[in-house]
Amino acid sequence: MSDLAVQDAAARGRDAASESAGARRALIAVSIGFLALFLALPLAIVFIAAFSRGAGAYVAALIEPDARAAIALTLVVAVIVVPINTAFGVAAAWAIAKFDFFGKQALITLIDLPLSVSPVVAGLAFILVFGAQGLLGPWAAAHGLHVVFALPGVALATLFVTFPFVARELIPLMQQQGSAEEEAALTLGASGWKAFLTVTLPNVKWALLYGVLLCNARAMGEFGAVSVVSGHIRGLTDTIPLQVEILYNEYDVAAAFSLASLLALLALATLALKSWLEWRIGGAVDRETRR
Amino acid sequence: MLEAIDLTIAPGELVALLGPSGSGKTTLLRVIAGLENADAGALRFGDIDATRLSVQERRVGFVFQSYALFRHMTVFDNVAYGLTVRPRRARPSRREIARRVLDLLDMVQLNGIERRYPTQLSGGQRQRVALARAMAIEPRVLLLDEPFGALDAKVRRELRGWLRGLHDRTGLTTVFVTHDQSEAMELADRVAILNAGRIEQIGAPAEVTAAPATPFVREFLS
Repeated sequence: MSDLAVQDAAARGRDAASESAGARRALIAVSIGFLALFLALPLAIVFIAAFSRGAGAYVAALIEPDARAAIALTLVVAVIVVPINTAFGVAAAWAIAKFDFFGKQALITLIDLPLSVSPVVAGLAFILVFGAQGLLGPWAAAHGLHVVFALPGVALATLFVTFPFVARELIPLMQQQGSAEEEAALTLGASGWKAFLTVTLPNVKWALLYGVLLCNARAMGEFGAVSVVSGHIRGLTDTIPLQVEILYNEYDVAAAFSLASLLALLALATLALKSWLEWRIGGAVDRETRR
Repeated sequence: MLEAIDLTIAPGELVALLGPSGSGKTTLLRVIAGLENADAGALRFGDIDATRLSVQERRVGFVFQSYALFRHMTVFDNVAYGLTVRPRRARPSRREIARRVLDLLDMVQLNGIERRYPTQLSGGQRQRVALARAMAIEPRVLLLDEPFGALDAKVRRELRGWLRGLHDRTGLTTVFVTHDQSEAMELADRVAILNAGRIEQIGAPAEVTAAPATPFVREFLS
């Protein structure tokens, strides 16, 4: 009697812990369907539409003056924004992970702020500060500084929205690593700066690269904040995302998608690099946790 | 954390700081190293007043409880670190550094593993690399924080005798922290028993066991 009861319970236990094969297949099908519909299909459409009028038209759309200006501006903004946010992210992560100081929690909250604020609101905030009637507007005008509707405004808005990426990648890792290695370096005679360069940075190099990658992808693809702050001055203050919108609104669909394909290529490259880095970081984390 | 501490260590001595957790022994060790600041008091290394010296200037060899080996560097680079970060003028040549590193690894009986990374080593090996690394800078004093804490009993016992032998060969003034009574008694020339930030008694192992100065010492050693 008891044998049967045990067997019965074991069988039930197995079913309770795992889905049936049917449920598993259904879940996988739903996931693939979702990915196909919302990722693969739109991506494919971008490229199909970009080449819909032939390769010649594709290239022409990219070398058109406004398009070239948009590409140039996007690259310039990325070159300005990514190094600044990397430097800030590294400094903030180092301070937060290795020290206790007054205002630490406030700093952590502040770093997360751009992620919870709508980019449009962020752009608007810059207009309210630096615009002609803004808080610092008269001051900027007096010093001949054009912030909004010009490159500085675009850069500032992009700086704001890409703020957190490097810091958020580094903070948990640096907290987990602790300061023992840095202290060891100090006792061995390294200055604080030397210890930072030779011990701290190499220990976070993959996470740092990953953060820079995310920061760059967002910097190049940002739309909302830049849209508000740039004034859409064609050939001057349009980044690639803005130019795509303009072309699309003028019913120049093929050209719009041609430019958009650049962003799609950036997305694919970012994904590929990201996967490779995750594989690398995974290896690194693995090595660390195997004490 | 630490109350008034008055501690004098003779050159070449091997002293154990013994006590329960929270007694301040690690704090005292870190204060000697300069990793923590004392609110008051003075620290001397022989004739040199070290109170105002920075961590780097004190030239102490510190072995951390977790060894704190540089995970992204090979064993060789770890041991060579103290020499390679010296300013150009004071830095030995590459050949000289290599010679010293290999000599040190030989001294700690770890020949042949220079190319390995810390994660590829056993606990006992890592501990010896940490020791070699600390000794590479020819420190004034060697400070060890629970050197055998993370090792299993058999390795602990082996390394105890080995450490004593190493100390006798190098003659380096050594201070080590432990909560393990038998370890302190077996290894040290003198044992300082700490409790709640104070040194309750300091003396040779035999002396301290035979004549405990305070009730705490008597209880702790029983």
